[in-house]
Amino acid sequence: MIEVKHIKKGFGDKIVINDVSAVMDDGKCNLIIGASGSGKTVFMKCLVGLFRPDSGSILYDGEDFTNMDAAGKKEIRKKIGMLFQGSALFDSLTVEKNIQFPLDMFTNWTLAEKRKRVDEVLDRVELRDANKKFPAEISGGMKKRVGIARAIVLNPKYLFCDEPNSGLDPQTSLVIDKLIKELTQEFNITTVINTHDMNSVMEIGDKIIYMYKGDKEWEGNNKEIIFSKNQRLNEFIFASDFLRDAKDMRMLEQTGKIDNDRNMEDLIR
Amino acid sequence: MFSKPENRKVYWKEFMHQCNDIGIGSLGIVVIISVFMGAVSTLQTAYQLVSPLIPKSSIAQIVRDTVLLEFAPTLVCIVLAGVVGSKIASELGNMRVSEQIDALEIMGINTKTYLVLPKIVAALVVIPMLVVISAGLGIWGGRLAGQAANILSTTDFDKGLLNAFLPYNVFFAMVKAYVFSFIISSVPAFYGYYVQGGALEIGRASTKSVVVSCVLILFADYVLAAILL
Repeated sequence: MIEVKHIKKGFGDKIVINDVSAVMDDGKCNLIIGASGSGKTVFMKCLVGLFRPDSGSILYDGEDFTNMDAAGKKEIRKKIGMLFQGSALFDSLTVEKNIQFPLDMFTNWTLAEKRKRVDEVLDRVELRDANKKFPAEISGGMKKRVGIARAIVLNPKYLFCDEPNSGLDPQTSLVIDKLIKELTQEFNITTVINTHDMNSVMEIGDKIIYMYKGDKEWEGNNKEIIFSKNQRLNEFIFASDFLRDAKDMRMLEQTGKIDNDRNMEDLIR
Repeated sequence: MFSKPENRKVYWKEFMHQCNDIGIGSLGIVVIISVFMGAVSTLQTAYQLVSPLIPKSSIAQIVRDTVLLEFAPTLVCIVLAGVVGSKIASELGNMRVSEQIDALEIMGINTKTYLVLPKIVAALVVIPMLVVISAGLGIWGGRLAGQAANILSTTDFDKGLLNAFLPYNVFFAMVKAYVFSFIISSVPAFYGYYVQGGALEIGRASTKSVVVSCVLILFADYVLAAILL
């Protein structure tokens, strides 16, 4: 479990994160959503230690990560896997070597043992045939899957995904979401996902934190979000007519009524 | 800044990779430059030595000292600042912009130790070797040009080469080579590692690192000459 207690972060005079507290649950997909510039990327970078918060603390299973010495942080980071927005694969290494890299660095396994583990994770992300290819030779969706494979190769306790669906078609996005959800449940990982993708919100949002201009505006799950009265959240999530219709349809399915003045017969028709 | 390597084998592999990249990767250009700079030195020295009182073998003496004291360490290192420096800056800059450095940080790796240190150590090992090769080839190029242009025979050249040779000059050239190697690797590493932005900034960082390295090399060249000669 990751606990965030009253963190603040600013750059110069601009406050980007303003006193945010949250808890990221084990074995669940914890989503951070918000418009561009709402501070969710900075928030995630604070969580993984790429930025140091100006105040407040971040606790990994009760251990204060923010004020830890370098050696302590190194130990926590060995339990962290991260999927970056652009995948951040090492250009000069093949898919196989990219995934093997953390094993080379942090284990004393034999080459055969490392190869076996790499094959296991490649199978898990369904990429067995791509192991000899270089990152430049594979598609965006495949890069994301390689990124996930590299992130989970050391069996992390915490998985961070920064916009895992950006630049992907809807079908590939669903595959990535499904994979992250399955891995989270299979290995009881604390997964934190930064996303704009409404499919992800509705499909895998076990816990959702909505950020608005550096503040935590709303917290709930993918069931509760349908019934949220928060105007900013509704404007952000259900931004188009299509999404508003989808929301009302789901509300109608679940409660038999909708909570606005739209005509239900028009909606159904 | 730097810390104990997480895994010595991986760091050794990275060090060897950098030695290959910097050393073998630059060998071709060093060979070409060295041979021609030696050859041109012979021709231009002969052109200026018109007095019949000065023996022909002194051309070899002048070529030897010019190549050893200045051309091999300074000229080659200025070229290497362009070849190696731009490569280091753009490689690290690209890794920074594409979040590869962040990915390493999150794995718990000290990125300065893993990415910067092997480059500096490799440069300190292989660039002085390139300077030695350059000095040898420069003198050989001068000897070749002297014979080809019918300026002086190889016997005269060899005689001049051994005349009034000061081993201290080799020491001075090596001191310069080590100082310049550090500049060539550390300045671009700094500019590349701390780049912010996108492709345009990587290009700017690369250019800036080469310019700063060249200026620092020339400045250090003057300071070392003032102190050591």
